[in-house]
Amino acid sequence: MRDGAGKTPVAAVYGAGKGIRGQMSIYLPVAEVSVGVFLLLGMGGGVGFLTGLLGVGGGFLMTPLLILIGIPPSVAVACGANQMVASSFSGVLTHWRRKTVDFRMGGVLLAGGLIGAVAGVRLFAFLRTLGQVELLVSLCYVVVLGIVGGLMMWESIGALMRSKRPGEAKPQRLHKKGTWIRKLPFRMRFHQSKLYISVIPPLLIGLFVGVLSALMGIGGGFIVVPAMIYILGMATTVVMGTSLFQIIFVTGAATMMHAVYNHTVDGILVMMLVVGGVIGTQIGARVGHLIKAEWLRIILATVVVAICVKFGVDLVRPPDELFNIAEGTG
Amino acid sequence: MGKRSMRGLVAVAALLFAAFPALPPAPSAEAEERVVSLLSQNRISINTNFDGSELVITGAIERFSAPPEGDPEIVVVVIGPSHPALVRKKENRFGIWINDAGVRIDETPSFYAISSTGPLHDVMSHAEDLRHRVGLEHAVRLIGESTDEFYPEDYRVAAIRLNTARGFYFEDPGGVAMVDDLLFQTRVQLPSQLTEGDYRVRIFLLRDREVVDLSENIVPVRKASFERLIHNTATERPVIYGTISIILALAAGWLASAIFRIIFP
Repeated sequence: MRDGAGKTPVAAVYGAGKGIRGQMSIYLPVAEVSVGVFLLLGMGGGVGFLTGLLGVGGGFLMTPLLILIGIPPSVAVACGANQMVASSFSGVLTHWRRKTVDFRMGGVLLAGGLIGAVAGVRLFAFLRTLGQVELLVSLCYVVVLGIVGGLMMWESIGALMRSKRPGEAKPQRLHKKGTWIRKLPFRMRFHQSKLYISVIPPLLIGLFVGVLSALMGIGGGFIVVPAMIYILGMATTVVMGTSLFQIIFVTGAATMMHAVYNHTVDGILVMMLVVGGVIGTQIGARVGHLIKAEWLRIILATVVVAICVKFGVDLVRPPDELFNIAEGTG
Repeated sequence: MGKRSMRGLVAVAALLFAAFPALPPAPSAEAEERVVSLLSQNRISINTNFDGSELVITGAIERFSAPPEGDPEIVVVVIGPSHPALVRKKENRFGIWINDAGVRIDETPSFYAISSTGPLHDVMSHAEDLRHRVGLEHAVRLIGESTDEFYPEDYRVAAIRLNTARGFYFEDPGGVAMVDDLLFQTRVQLPSQLTEGDYRVRIFLLRDREVVDLSENIVPVRKASFERLIHNTATERPVIYGTISIILALAAGWLASAIFRIIFP
């Protein structure tokens, strides 16, 4: 005969969720997960810091981080976008007061971006009918991140070396002055950027980023920033604010799309990320003001290359677990 | 004629009585035992501070006659609400690991816990396990078409393995503590990632690895009012919800900028 008193009444904690939890946790009603409050604040703060510092939305960082702590991917993407609305707006206000936002340039990029996004959604649907869309997106990530990050790294290290010696330390354009970019029609004066160039290049950059945003589910800050520096030849200081300006609209539209079609915006999760995010952004924008432009570009390049390497390794390395599960029908 | 038939009846009765002790315990004898249970909560409310919960299941074996030989055994199964799920497998194509189209699993419980007085197949026969669908291997069900091209069974097994790894499915052999073959208790830890819905609590009373009695309870798990409001607004008024989300984000961005300007001019 067994004796109940002799047995430990299940002292071991079975089945406690695998999500990383802090001391104080909060339940997220749409994600249906309970997560540590300080963890969310910290993540928002960290990504927000990069937003303020580098002028990127940080969606390429935020989404994988949220998935890592157990947020369903669809909710992670939607909430990342909503959080970026707050961070980028907060950053733009700071840049605006410093007069480092080129609204006209931002508007042109945005116009291109909207056309590109519509085209990108169509392209995505077309690729889906061919299959292999996922492979394409993964390859897109690695190739685009790799090229952008690599070029930036190369250039900014070069710029840093030059700046050690006396002389100018302006970023080199990919095209020498007087090449075809200068000769294009429909010129427009961008006062803030001190440029008088054709609207076609910024429009095309916006278009390209819009297509990529729709395909890859990103805001595109890390492409817009280098493009403005190297292709358009804008000063790094103006680039950050201008990039953030257009990110507000891109992420705002994305938030609305996710809210209406997928119902995946979790108000509580967003608030947690936003509180951390806006504080991080403010600190980032202030720190960014103190750091040399070349160093900012090296930091951004390093982040981009690191993400690229991570994606590349994930594609090639044989996975430990071949299977993965997603609720719903995907 | 009447006499002969009477004699025949007696003979049949005698045969029956003679055969009776040799038969395995008859159903009528087993019905002398019943399981009664009490749950620590008859409703679980998920509020903002929710961080998992513990469900304590206490019960007793009710007897109407002297207990039969041997020890009674208890198996408690707690099953969360089911959802369809998509299980995908990574394949190597052109040297790159990429997800395949996947297999849709029709019924995937969000939670599945088995707690028992001993290892499941020591206390319950395979036939009973199959009939009542108790074991973890029965947790996930694949109803849809099974193509020969893929191996849906692999995907089904993978779904169980993945949910076990995530801590949503588990077995606790020896998790049910029994006192004097009469009272029993088990504690089932519910994760913080608790899905809303009705949780089924099934309590099996077994003897000689056969099910003697089964008691079923439902524990509703619901979001508290504030969490419910957010969830409902998000699904039923998506445009308003999206607009509010964006306005709040802009307001927070402005507020932080304004505060920082005051603190660090």
